Amino acid sequence: MNPNDHLAALQVVIPLLATPLVVLLRSHRLAWATTTLTSLMAFIIAIALTMGVMSGHDYQYFMGSWPAPYGIELRVDALSALILLIITGASTFALFAAYHSIDDQIGSHRQPLFYAAWLLALAGLSGIAVAGDAFNIFVFMEISSLASYVLVAGGPDKRALPAVYKYLIFGTVGATFYLIGVGLIYMMTGTLNLADMAVRIQEVSDQNPVLVAAGFITVGLALKAAVFPLHIWLPNAYTFAPHVVTVFLAACATKVALYVLLRFDFFVFQPNLSGHEFQFAYFLMPLAILAILIASAVAMFEKNLKRLLAWSSIAQIGYIMLGVSLVDMAGLTASILHIFNHAIAKGSLFLAVACLALHFRDLNLTKIAGSARAMPWTMAAFVIAGLSLIGVPGTAGFISKWYLITAVLSMGIAGIALAAVIVIGSLMAVVYVWRIVEHAYFQVPENPVSAREAPLGILTVTWIAVLANLYFGLNPDLPVALSTSAASTLIGYIP
Amino acid sequence: MIIIFAVFLLTLLVITAIGIVRAENLFVAVMLTSIFSLIMAANFFILDAADVALTEAAIGAGVTTVIFLGALSLTAEREKKVDVSRGLAICVVVATALVLIYATFDKPRLGDPEAPVHQHVAPWYLSETETLIGIPNVVTAVLGSYRAYDTLGEVFVVLAACIGVLFLFSARREKKNDNTLNSLTSPKSIGLQHHFIPRVVGRILLPFIILFGLYVQFHGEYGPGGGFQAGAILATGIILFALLEGEQRALAAIPSRALLWMVAGGAMLYSLVGVVGLLLGGNFLDYSVLSTDPVFGQQIGIILIELGVGITVCGALLSIFHAFAARENY
Amino acid sequence: MELLGYYNYWVFAIVLMIGFYAVIVSNNLIKKLLGLAIFQSAVFLMYITMDKVEGGTAPIIQAGVTDQIYSNPLPQVLILTAIVVGVSTTALGLAIVVRIKEAYGTIEEDEILAQDRPS
Repeated sequence: MNPNDHLAALQVVIPLLATPLVVLLRSHRLAWATTTLTSLMAFIIAIALTMGVMSGHDYQYFMGSWPAPYGIELRVDALSALILLIITGASTFALFAAYHSIDDQIGSHRQPLFYAAWLLALAGLSGIAVAGDAFNIFVFMEISSLASYVLVAGGPDKRALPAVYKYLIFGTVGATFYLIGVGLIYMMTGTLNLADMAVRIQEVSDQNPVLVAAGFITVGLALKAAVFPLHIWLPNAYTFAPHVVTVFLAACATKVALYVLLRFDFFVFQPNLSGHEFQFAYFLMPLAILAILIASAVAMFEKNLKRLLAWSSIAQIGYIMLGVSLVDMAGLTASILHIFNHAIAKGSLFLAVACLALHFRDLNLTKIAGSARAMPWTMAAFVIAGLSLIGVPGTAGFISKWYLITAVLSMGIAGIALAAVIVIGSLMAVVYVWRIVEHAYFQVPENPVSAREAPLGILTVTWIAVLANLYFGLNPDLPVALSTSAASTLIGYIP
Repeated sequence: MIIIFAVFLLTLLVITAIGIVRAENLFVAVMLTSIFSLIMAANFFILDAADVALTEAAIGAGVTTVIFLGALSLTAEREKKVDVSRGLAICVVVATALVLIYATFDKPRLGDPEAPVHQHVAPWYLSETETLIGIPNVVTAVLGSYRAYDTLGEVFVVLAACIGVLFLFSARREKKNDNTLNSLTSPKSIGLQHHFIPRVVGRILLPFIILFGLYVQFHGEYGPGGGFQAGAILATGIILFALLEGEQRALAAIPSRALLWMVAGGAMLYSLVGVVGLLLGGNFLDYSVLSTDPVFGQQIGIILIELGVGITVCGALLSIFHAFAARENY
Repeated sequence: MELLGYYNYWVFAIVLMIGFYAVIVSNNLIKKLLGLAIFQSAVFLMYITMDKVEGGTAPIIQAGVTDQIYSNPLPQVLILTAIVVGVSTTALGLAIVVRIKEAYGTIEEDEILAQDRPS
């Protein structure tokens, strides 16, 4: 047996296999070690898959050796590889940080169950990224969703519980809408395999159920991706989750839903439903603009550090949707690139917050005064990651914002208005990042601050993530190549 | 004749759903939900979905009701009456309903053998299963072999729910002070020991329920049945025992740690069958390499994974029940 | 048979929306979960409706009978999975509600929001 042939399957199977093992463990250190090792293995597999995809190899795997469409097929292309890198990378980094950060948030007797849920979330998200079958996506979407509810519910504050309840309701409604949409398409085409669907839908593309199906799938996935105005569950869920969980979820949970949306839309719907491009653009673009402006505005006035960053995430999803709604090569490349760069930027920001929270329990902006003096490395990391979020040249965030502005300007007069929106959004980002910096560096603390710098372990992980921001800002070849390849695959379906 | 019956059941479904929403007493609402599931199961049966009817009855009407009642006993019994304006909600709901109904007009006629759904993949399953896998129940063949990866995912969904419930209930209140992860024993739960008739009847029924559960597990390839239904039925039988004899004795019979082993063990069994397929040269979850005769290999594979499914579902449902039942003395 | 076909789908749409309505407007958290359960069950009805073939029977191959028509096995498999996913979600949701009751003392949404507001 050559592992190389089975990489796509192993990406999902290894975390799945590790879960029952971790459930049975009693020692929380052993549980952490097993989970981190599994996540690292998944990360290595994702890197191997990416290298394979970059060299032109398109992975296609038949589960149970049954050919598609009779069995379930796994497919890995550039877009899947990018998402897999983000998922496994975020998981591994967050787990290394969890060594220090998790102990004051979750009791040690509960940690094995917590880590088992983490592995399930990893397996679920990876399963979505490699899937080539619509119903298989639903099953793994539910695995990852249930596991994320458990992870968020681990937060020590009692407000985590209503937050996760709302997350559960919204998530289940979204998944059920997706299921209805898939059912309607299955009713009209007789197949669940995505590639097969794209072929068979051409004959029935003008009938009502197909249009309704497209609508339901889009709304369902938008609920899960926190696209404005269906984003209501996100701020509280991110705020009250354990800090390392927020690192993991903020980097990838909503992005995977966006991935499915892109896959379904461009693969199945765009080439076959007449006029769909226009509907897509006219529907999504205003929502994206509103997301950028309103979410950034709320972030400017928000007092809790985590909730501020959560609203910033909603704005960033707006940027991604803006690129997608352009429905052309440049826009899609920019969006996919931003998925990658935002994951790095937000991931590092929340990692820095996790470091900060080790000594500053209350993350209200007024209470972090003096943190820059007490924890200089942590706050320096925060500043650099913040610069990447804003999009300062030299950071990863700048690259994707630049691509987005270029893509938008090619649209003529309307493009200039859109570019203005992007710039205004970035300026608002400057405001809210500056507020944090101001409170940390320049505010005088009321009581003397007795905090020390964060432990070396978690600090190292944070700085590696932060340096990744700078690396991919000065050397963006890899993500740009992946994004371009992914975008061309998606666009290639539009006649 | 069947048509009238089907229409009657469907209308009853709508009426029950409205009843659930309007009931203020939550106990009434949960009981109506149980009836709703049973009517749904009857509908499935009329539509030729025997396996699904069995599952909906066992899981929907049985287990879900028990868990809801367990949660109700820990929370509240009545819903508070609130006066809010429902206008926007009604508009959204009616609009979506109209969109769905608009979509129905282009759908294939019910039962039309020429519909796209019945072309392509389904006839292949129906014609090829006999030669490729050799078992009569095509649903089990699809579930256990052709789409076994989905079923693997499903087992892990159950595992996720079990982990979630155990994790949520392991958070202790600051006052108490016990140390073990699985201390779900409740001190004084006497069950229904002073109710004579349920105890006598329950004791007579219990062995038959367990026997039926085992029958459904192993007969799933020849008739309606399989791991999920069997796991639910077995779990329900043991829940009946727990209700009659009290939590203490039920946990003495099958302790919580054993349940955790069942849950993890079933999932591991399923995954390992897949990995063995991988190691023997096929793809993941390829059963034909499990034996020299590919058809026999398929059958072995399906029996093993159904066993894994049954063990996990039974263990998970019991763990969840015990978690709720033990909570009131927490 | 034609009317029955449409009737199935209409009932699906109506029950779906009754469940959805309960989820949106209910103040009581358990009522919301009950609405969610109804909402998910309606989807099962839609899938199973499409598997019926006129004159068919359950897809269990009968030995020796060659001209029997069978109904479609695939939606049944999908719905078996969906039922289990549904009960898992319900169980997890109920566990969260029980914890909320212990932490806040109530399971009415407006009272919970009122307790959190000064934060």
